[in-house]
This record gives sequence, C-alpha cells and structure tokens, in this order.
Amino acid sequence: MDSFNAIIQVLDSTIRLSVPLLLACLAGLFSERAGIFDIGLEGKMLVGAFAGASAAAVFHSALIGLGMAILISVAFALVHGFASITHRGNQIVSGVAINFIAAGSTIILGQAWFSQGGRTPALQPDERFAAIIWPGADAIRDVPIIGPIYAELISGHSILVYFAFAMVPFTWWVLFRTRFGLRMRAVGENPAAVDTAGISVAWLRYRALICTGILTGVAGAYLSMVQNGGFVKDMTAGKGYIALAALIFAKWKPVNAMFACLLFGFLDAAAIRLQGSPLPIIGKVPVQFMQALPYVLTVILLAGFIGKAIPPRAGGVPYVKER
Amino acid sequence: MAQAAIELIGIDKSFGAVRANRDINLEVARGTIHGIVGENGAGKSTLMSILYGFYQADSGEIRVGGKPVSIHTSNDAIALGIGMVHQHFMLVDNFTVLENIILGAESDALLKKSIAKARSELERLEREYGLEVDPDAIIEELPVGLQQRVEILKALYRGAEILILDEPTGVLTPAEADHLFRILKQLKEQGKTIVLITHKLREIMAITDTVSVMRQGTMVATRVTKETTVGELAELMVGRRVLLRVEKGESEAGAIKLSVKNLTVKDSRGVTMVDDVSFDVRGGEIVGIAGVAGNGQSELLEAISGIRHAVSGEVMLEGKPIDLTGKADPGELRDRGLAHVPEDRHHVGLVLAFEENENSILGYHDDERYLKGPFLNVDAIMADAKDKIEKYDIRPGNPRLKTANFSGGNQQKIVLAREMEQDPGVLIVGQPTRGVDVGAIEFIHKRLIAMRDQGKAVLVVSVELDEIRSLSDRILVMFAGRVVGERGPDATEGELGLLMAGVEHQEAAQ
Repeated sequence: MDSFNAIIQVLDSTIRLSVPLLLACLAGLFSERAGIFDIGLEGKMLVGAFAGASAAAVFHSALIGLGMAILISVAFALVHGFASITHRGNQIVSGVAINFIAAGSTIILGQAWFSQGGRTPALQPDERFAAIIWPGADAIRDVPIIGPIYAELISGHSILVYFAFAMVPFTWWVLFRTRFGLRMRAVGENPAAVDTAGISVAWLRYRALICTGILTGVAGAYLSMVQNGGFVKDMTAGKGYIALAALIFAKWKPVNAMFACLLFGFLDAAAIRLQGSPLPIIGKVPVQFMQALPYVLTVILLAGFIGKAIPPRAGGVPYVKER
Repeated sequence: MAQAAIELIGIDKSFGAVRANRDINLEVARGTIHGIVGENGAGKSTLMSILYGFYQADSGEIRVGGKPVSIHTSNDAIALGIGMVHQHFMLVDNFTVLENIILGAESDALLKKSIAKARSELERLEREYGLEVDPDAIIEELPVGLQQRVEILKALYRGAEILILDEPTGVLTPAEADHLFRILKQLKEQGKTIVLITHKLREIMAITDTVSVMRQGTMVATRVTKETTVGELAELMVGRRVLLRVEKGESEAGAIKLSVKNLTVKDSRGVTMVDDVSFDVRGGEIVGIAGVAGNGQSELLEAISGIRHAVSGEVMLEGKPIDLTGKADPGELRDRGLAHVPEDRHHVGLVLAFEENENSILGYHDDERYLKGPFLNVDAIMADAKDKIEKYDIRPGNPRLKTANFSGGNQQKIVLAREMEQDPGVLIVGQPTRGVDVGAIEFIHKRLIAMRDQGKAVLVVSVELDEIRSLSDRILVMFAGRVVGERGPDATEGELGLLMAGVEHQEAAQ
C-alpha cells in the first residue's frame, strides 16, 4: 500500500507541476500557430506571476491578482506584437528582450514596492486560490485505490488547475472548429493567402498574441498564487523554455501538448521524489543528477523520439506584401 | 459594343523611383476574354494588383460596371465581384480544398455550418462549370493544374463576375493549359469577364477576344485579337521588330573542346538518369540538347559542371580528363575554362538577397582582379559590374540593387554576363531563356552565337524546341537518359518531336 500511495503522490505532484507548463505551452501554441515565434513565454509568465502576487497582496483579493496577472502579461504580448508584427522585427530578438525586461523589472519593482529583496509579501490564504474539495472526497478517501485517486488526484486542486486542463479541449475546439481557428492556422502557414482573401494578417496575429498573453498570465498567477505563496525572483526557472520544447514535442497539437507537459511534469515530480533515496542497482546518486534529469531527458526526447516535427510554415517570418 | 465590365482611367503607380504604371487606360468589355501582354516588368501584374486592392494607385480612377469605385483592400475587390488567380497560388498547402475555399468567406463563426454550405455550393459550381475537384483533398497532394482549379473555384465561390488570371500557364503542362483554356471559354459563355495576363503570345492568339499591350509601364495599344498577328504584338511589346529567328552564319567547327564518353549518372534515389551518353562539342559550334523535361538533361549538365557525381564515364575538357566520379568541384572546372549557366537561376545561379554587383562576380570572387590583398576590391567590382550592365543592357542599371528586385530576364542576363565575360573556352547553358521576355531572348541568342563565332564550344540544353532549332549547329535529342538521335539545324519540328517522344528510339533498337 505504501508504494501505491507513493505513486499517487508522485502523480499528484505531476499534475501540479505540469499546470504552468501546460498553460505556457498552449499559450505558445496560439502564437506559433499564427506564425509568431514566442521565446518570450518565460518573461510573460514571470511578469504575470509578479503582477498577480503584488496585486493580490495589495488588494487582498486573489481575483484581482489574477486579473492583473493577465492584464500585464497581455500588455507584454502586445509589445512583442508591436515589434514583430507592426514593425516586422526579428521575433527571437523581441522575445529575448521581453525575457530580460521581465527578469530585471520584476526584481526592481518588487524591491521598490515591498523592500523584501525582490520578493512580494507572503500571501494570506484568502489572497490565494484555495484547493477545491470535490463532494464526497473526504468520505471515500479511505476506500482502497478509488479513494486516493478521487481524493488526491481528481479533487483538491485549485481552480486554475482545472482551468488549465479544460483549456486543452477548448484550444482544440477553437483551432479546428471555429472560423478564428481556421484563419489563425492559415496565417501561420501562408499569410499571403489570408491577405488576398481579404482578411487582415496583422489583426489576426495580434488576436492570437492576446490569447497567448492571457494564458501566460494565468500560468504566472498559478506559480505565485497557487504553487507558491508569493513572488520570488526568477521563479519561472526556465519553464517557458521547457514549454516551448513541449510544444515542438507535441507537434503544435493541443492534446499532444497536454501529454508532453504531463511527461515533463512527471519527470520533475519523479526527480523530487527520488532525491536522496538510493536507486536499485545504481545505488545512491547525487541530488544534482536527479535535478538535471528532466532537462537531460528533454534533450534526448527532442533529439530522437519525435520524428519530424514540421512547424507552421510561415513561423518566424514577418509578413511583407510582395509584388 | 457590350457594356464595359472594368474601366481603368489614368492609373499611375510608383514604387520609389520606379514608375511601374503611368497613365494607364484600359477598358474590358463584359463577357469577353481580354489579354494583357508585355515583357517581364512591363507593369502588368502591378496594374492587376491595383485592381484587386493589393496596392493603391497614386492617381487615376477605376470603374466597375460603369460606376466609379474605390478599392482599398482585396475585400473591396471581392465585394465588387472581382476575383484573382495569382501566379503563385494563394493556397494553404496543408488545408483541404474546402478549407481553402471558405477561408475568409466563412458563412458562420463555427466551421461546421460554413463547410456544409460550401460543400453544396461547390457541387453546384463543379456541375455548372465542369471544374471537378475532390473537396476533401489536401492541397499539397494535388497536381498544380488542380490547385489552380481550386483558385478559380475560390474566386467563383466569392461570387466573382470578373476573373483576373496572372500568368496562369507558367506552371502548367501543355495538356493542363489546354484544359484551363476550355474552362475559361466555358466561363465566358456563362457571362463571366476574364482578364488574362501573360507573356506568351501563342496563348493570346488562341483564346482572347481583345488584347492590350503594355511596355515599360505604359499601355501602348489595344487590338482585336482576330485582326492582329503574333509579329505585330511582339513588335508592340518590345517597341521594334523582333527577330523570332536569329540570323547566324555557318559554323566553323574547330578542335574538340569538350568530350563526353559513356557518361552514366544516377539520382539520389539510385535511378539512372543519364545512361551511357557520349558526344563531343567542338570549338566554334553550338550543340543543342533537346528533349522533354526530365529525360536526363538536367543531370547531364550537373555532372559536366561538377555539381553532381557521375557513376561512370569520362569527360575531357580541352583534352584533359575531369575526375567526375571523385571530387571534380565546380570551382576547379571554372578555373580550367568551363563556364556554366545553370538551369535554375534562383537557387543555383544567383543569391537573390545579394546586390547585383556581388552576384556579377559570384564564383569568381577569388580572382585577383577582384581582390586587394585578403579583401574584396570594391572599386574594381563596381567598375566590373557597371561594365557588364552596359554590355548586357541589364535594367535597371544599378549595381547596388538587390538581385531579387530585377525581373527574370534581367536576372538571367546577370548570370550570362558573369559567365560569358570570363572568356571561357567551353560554355554550358541550361534553359538560356526560361521565363525571359521576347526582347531579352533575342539578345541572349545573339550573345550565344557571338561566343560561338569567337571559337568557343557552346552546349545548350533547352526544353524549348524553337530555341534549340534556331541556335544549334547540331541537335542531340535525349530520351530516357540516352541520346537517341543527332540531327542538323534543318531538322523539322515533327522529326525532332518523334525522337523526343522516343518513337524512333524504339524502332532503332528493334
């Protein structure tokens, strides 16, 4: 029973750890499907996390925090759009710049406003998104197998977790079942076709970036208001880049993206779980090795296991009307 | 006279210093096929892009159905019943036919209803115009002819009454082109107005009712097709009488300069593309290789110029062997006096993002003339580029201009100038005038003959039979990787055609 409980615990933390990845990955999916490379997912998550924790601490409201996280993240997405859509700048440079601005400005503003070394004040329980206990979760907790699965895995997460997973079918539906999705996919493949069909390429791409901003904002809010009780500097710790890797791994498809993010989340959870405990055959391994494992596996998976991933054909190329 | 579907009055359009259209007047009658001809860069596509709302005219007026209109976006044009089939198809390659057709004209925010409506509408269009295409096929899996049909359906689905086609036959096989013409005639019978942009005069004569000729941004004439001739149109296009067949003297063949023996070449799949080919080219003669595209001519050229490795065989350049199976590299061959004008100037012959002067020395940039110590001698390069621009009449004559901004004919002249001005002993040329307009064709042919008269050995590969016949002193015909016959310059088109189709080859093999 112990090992069963251990598995449940690892899976539970897999879900928690994969949520920010999943939100960021879907965010990247919107922008890349529309033909805009977005290496700035990391930065947008970071400003979202900071804005969310700050606003929640100041206004004592989790909802205001979330709203602020989304607002600021969308604003950064629009900056990326202004540089790369309106002014046809290099999308990678613009994305990297956003990451730098995010990393620097969150620390400076955090120190200036709260004087806690770049941190935001620790959030009170009512300033965070509480876990939602599903009906009957406590009642059946002791039922073997089903009990822990229901009580631990399905119930007991914050609303943002359910939101993230609900976004998977929703994104799929938007992408493949709506007019907006059709046009967005088209603009990522051949913007000239969209332009000659009488649709504005720029406006379409801006709308995709707004979707990206909303999702990275929620991802940031999750980090600082659910996983953590406040903002800590550089708390995204490369999750934006892992999300991009997951996006390639998933071949730009929403359902695949969910499984890719769960896999990366699982690697993370397993690494935490196995820290310090000896492995069979190999014996005790250094903590650093276990911590590096998810990243090593990321490289291996991306290098060998996905086959040919064909990105949206117009990705990374600013649209210029040509004769 | 039928009512005018479109009237363009005094259209002007400049791109920077270039006046692409100046004071254009055009009237297209309803229910007719109107051709617009002109050399590359004459401003045909610009004019049609203005009509389709892709660009705005600097001044002038557009009338559709007699009413003055302003067209700011493609949407405006579509609303006025104008549809356009672009030279490069505006299709999303990994979408289905239906998805491409509804893109931008969806009837509902959800796709399900839009697609259902499009499907029944498409069936009606297919019935009415005989434009069959599988609505659920993925675009990239369709042959170009069908992709073009999807473009036409796209326009009709949007209710186009006026259809503009920009160089529609450039990518089609002759059979596909014939089919397209039948479709266009049928559309005309249904009352649609068609504007056909092309630089192929034969198409104009075959299908249009009236034809307008553009030259250097101006509209020089409009004729009723039945009352004009190819000769007159060609003259109007170029502004002077064109020699459709270049004059040349007898060749004085000298020593063998290029000798190919038992050459066999395989492609990357291991299929034999050149099969045991042998021939000689002497100084002072032009040898033409005729054949339907894909019968090994491209691979033959690539092997001789050192781009592709041969499986076996021997090639002698000026009496010395070239190591073809090993590491003959194009640079070494260039040093030994073999110049090569590749078939595909965009991908092999030029770096389109470079300036003209850089392309005019590409491959010869290690030559001492262009160097100052380890650095490029910019002054010498610019002087050299200007010299070539003058000699070859490259337009616009600006060596600093990005090569992509030159028209196809002028790009070809840049490559030809670069290779010919190195004074090579042997010149091999693939498709010398592909996508080149009438005036430039004549010029290029004259230069090739001048090379011959200087005693150079010239090998020309072309899929244009007329070109081969008018240039060559000897004609080799390739079929299925083999040279199946040799003829003199007086061989008839029919005779060569049979050889190209492999008919005589089978008889000879018995």
